Amino acid sequence: MKKYSTVIITLVLFLILYAAGGMMFSGFFAPQVFLNLLIDNSFLIVTAVGMTFVLIIGGIDLSVGAVIAFSCMLLSYLVENMHMNWVLAVAVVLLSGCLFGFGMGCMIHYLKVEPFIATLGGMYLARGLCSVISEESISITNKALTDISQYQIKLPGSNYINVNVVIAMVVFAIAIFIAHYTRFGRSAYAIGGSETSAKLMGINVGKVKILIYTMNGLCSAIAGIIFTLYTLSGFPLRAIGFEMDAIASAVIGGTLITGGVGLVAGTLIGVSIYGVIQTIITFQGTLNSWWTRIAIAFLLCVFIVLQRVLVIRREKTKSSSKFLGNIVRRTSA
Amino acid sequence: MYYEHYSRGGIGMNSERMIRRFKKVSKLQVFWPLVVLLLVLLSNVFSDPGFFRIQIRDGHLFGSIIDILKNGSPLMIISIGMTLVIATGGIDISVGSTVAIAGAVAASLINGNMAFGIVILIAIAVSMGLGVWNGLLVSKIGIQPVVATLILMVAGRGIAQLITNGQIITVYYDPFFFLGSGYFLGLPFAIFLVLLVLVIALFLVKKTAFGLFLQSTGVNSSSSRLSGVNVKGVIFFVYVFCAVCAGIAGLIISSNVKCADSNNAGLFIELDAILSVALGGNSLQGGKFNISGSLIGALIIQSLTTTIYSMGVSPNITFVVKSIVVVIICMVQSDALRSSIKGAISKRREREVS
Repeated sequence: MKKYSTVIITLVLFLILYAAGGMMFSGFFAPQVFLNLLIDNSFLIVTAVGMTFVLIIGGIDLSVGAVIAFSCMLLSYLVENMHMNWVLAVAVVLLSGCLFGFGMGCMIHYLKVEPFIATLGGMYLARGLCSVISEESISITNKALTDISQYQIKLPGSNYINVNVVIAMVVFAIAIFIAHYTRFGRSAYAIGGSETSAKLMGINVGKVKILIYTMNGLCSAIAGIIFTLYTLSGFPLRAIGFEMDAIASAVIGGTLITGGVGLVAGTLIGVSIYGVIQTIITFQGTLNSWWTRIAIAFLLCVFIVLQRVLVIRREKTKSSSKFLGNIVRRTSA
Repeated sequence: MYYEHYSRGGIGMNSERMIRRFKKVSKLQVFWPLVVLLLVLLSNVFSDPGFFRIQIRDGHLFGSIIDILKNGSPLMIISIGMTLVIATGGIDISVGSTVAIAGAVAASLINGNMAFGIVILIAIAVSMGLGVWNGLLVSKIGIQPVVATLILMVAGRGIAQLITNGQIITVYYDPFFFLGSGYFLGLPFAIFLVLLVLVIALFLVKKTAFGLFLQSTGVNSSSSRLSGVNVKGVIFFVYVFCAVCAGIAGLIISSNVKCADSNNAGLFIELDAILSVALGGNSLQGGKFNISGSLIGALIIQSLTTTIYSMGVSPNITFVVKSIVVVIICMVQSDALRSSIKGAISKRREREVS
């Protein structure tokens, strides 16, 4: 139960926010509002899920926003200017995301570069390559992609979701499977807990680390494809600051930046909180969009302080019980 | 010992002394950053033969080198502050937001009939307040520096927008432009601000015990605490200092563009600052640090930008070049790579001998 304590707090917070929104605005509780939340934030779900894994092994990845923009740009360019078959273009984009992640993972593990610096370099590279492809935005007119982006999957009660949400949910499900039902996932948690112990346990730390960064690159590429479907264009200045949104969602969802602790489900709730705040502000109508950032920052602050206080309290009780235990042992011996 | 020189033959005593001296100089932390800076500056000569020419025009020095120094001043000031923060093993990614807020505060107050000096003081005081916020989060509550400064980074630009009411405020007050574009004693005034911050920082670090406490905190904060170093105070102070540096840089930046742009002021400058510190040979884990190295790192980044502009290449390529530089620097600084190269060379020598 203790493992889930932060996630439960996050869930309660989400419900409180949702209820507050419902009390403030009529029509907030309509199911379509919640589904719109998923539709509008599906790329953030995918990005944040990838970032959760990186945070679990104790690393960080600043390049996700740039890789998203690059994937967007590359997909638009391949489909519009080079008239490639869209399936092939999607495959190329996914491969490019994997390559980014793989490159950074190798730099971090083999060259022992700090994750911050290595992914900073990756971010610069992706942003630069984005502008190299094209300085202006490329709009997508390809029929297949526009059809997919506008396709609505009907749900009962005249509600709908679209393809992006399906992709996000599939990625989420696969992530939960990897994290909790495979040895790979458990190795990731072990490495985050203590890399030296993991190495001594016989875990191939290098392989797991590089794979996780590659996976994150793949997630960013998928998020980029989702984003392309969402906006139907590619633009080099897109997705600036996304990595911070992803990290904020993961941290609010209970993932510790130090690593070793984090639940993918928590990240989903973190993203939902982000979406709810955005929805409330949109419903409000008068507040500007930068209030979302201030609200997220405030929540982030509260959560981090809360995490820190809980950790301090846990350490205090541990040390005091050890102390008492020693006294008991010494007096009884 | 004296006879070894004769028996070795071929190498004279003078060249051996030179080699030894070269090895000693090359071990200085600033050596390789200086070499890189010189290489970058020299590469400009190909596209612009008059690159190193300095003339006197309009009563002040004029030339590409002067431009690099002037335009790189904000980054140099922030790098000084960032060096101290990184030396404790922390990091401050909120400097970009502090830059935006300082510019917003200054721009909104200047148009309101307040004395110029008071406006500057208020802007610096606000930056100090932001530094206090960061410092409290990291030192008192013990939050990880990345996350603690992430909060201000995310909220900061929103706060700056609040101050400017979502507008870009243009400044019409001439003395304000002196900060960024003015000249004093023939050199850009901004350079004097850099020198001021540098002198204060060097004094703190070299002439007081603070430098020793800082290095000790960075190397091992628990043993420092047990030795009696006020670790929390040290950490708190460096975040305040870094934020004040960012505030000064913010004033210079908004003076240069003559307005307060909350969205774009200081965008990505935190990443440039961290890169400067890393380029200066400082370890991001903390511990031993060298402020001059970071200054040279900042100059390298500014020179790179200038080189790319003067080559006529699109400015967005700066990003690609920066990333290649990051990779090369990391490879050069990486101990793992260096030891594997040394190992490969020594193995080849063994094979040649046998």
